[in-house]
Amino acid sequence: MPFKRYVEIGRVALVNYGKDHGKLVVIVDVVDQNRALVDAPDMVRSQMNFKRLTLTDIKIDINKVPKKKTLIDAMEKADVKNKWENSSWGRKLIVQKRRASLDDFGRFKLMLAKIKKAGIVRQELAKLKKETSA
Amino acid sequence: MAAKRKTPVKSRNPDLIRGVGKYSRSKMYHKRGLWAIKAKHGGVFPRHDPQPKAPSAAEKPSKFYPADDVKKPLLNKRKPKPTKLRASITPGTVLILLAGRFMGKRVVFLKQLASGLLLVTGPFKINGVPLRRVNQSYVIATSTKVDISGVNLEKFDDKYFAKEVEKKKKKGEGEFFEAEKEDKKKLPEDKKEDQKAVDTSLIKSIEGVPDLKAYLAARFSLKSGMKPHELAF
Repeated sequence: MPFKRYVEIGRVALVNYGKDHGKLVVIVDVVDQNRALVDAPDMVRSQMNFKRLTLTDIKIDINKVPKKKTLIDAMEKADVKNKWENSSWGRKLIVQKRRASLDDFGRFKLMLAKIKKAGIVRQELAKLKKETSA
Repeated sequence: MAAKRKTPVKSRNPDLIRGVGKYSRSKMYHKRGLWAIKAKHGGVFPRHDPQPKAPSAAEKPSKFYPADDVKKPLLNKRKPKPTKLRASITPGTVLILLAGRFMGKRVVFLKQLASGLLLVTGPFKINGVPLRRVNQSYVIATSTKVDISGVNLEKFDDKYFAKEVEKKKKKGEGEFFEAEKEDKKKLPEDKKEDQKAVDTSLIKSIEGVPDLKAYLAARFSLKSGMKPHELAF
């Protein structure tokens, strides 16, 4: 099982701990064995321990420590936002956020929808069972 | 005493420094117009003789003095403030009752009464909660609102909900052994009418929103994995 995602300049990572939890950042330089210099369009360039980052599949084409404007342009060119939101990982996170922010009525409607879907699935399953047994 | 002035008198003698006024006695005499008052009354200041006091009733010496000195309690001038209504609770909000017979029921908030309690209704047809008073502390306010504009709530106040005073019956010996219980008190018809009057327009606006009727009919409960401090209501 070789590694597929490497820490390299331009690697997009997800912050999984701390004040910037949940943000997508770009690794812009490596400080030492444990830390990277990290940047994102809406945050100040700062150092972060690798333990706080989870690498993603997305990589953009930049030089070491680009200016903010260059970074933003490169991210637009690689279309990081859309790639992320269409990936299954990104979509799961969006759904999690939406479910967490549901109010009580929303949770009730969600329950009704789940029951309905389960009912439909069970009906189809029963139909298939009847066909195979017949 | 002379008649009270509408505004308190501002001193006509400004302070140069505390204790020293700007104007001398003779100057102040002139400023206050005492010469004009004297002139009006023919060179003499007007005198007000003390009015004859009404004869006070002769005080009898009291017949009873307590053996020990009784301390008078300290004077308490505290006035309790009206209960502050949480910003999340507005007329038409759906509330979740947390205690009592209707624990877990989702209920519509109507208005806050003078005592601070919240006036609330099921509506009765939907979940069996009648017009009822509920304390703000035993309630979770959700962010779901119902349109409450068609409802007239003028007649409901704390007196409407007061318990009816029963006339005391004189207990005879025989009645101790008889089953004295009357059957359960029936709700007076006018209270039922009031409930219907409030609920009809409410139910119409509730049926306008899909699933809201079923939502109000269901009870709230914590399921496995629900963390109240992380839930948004």
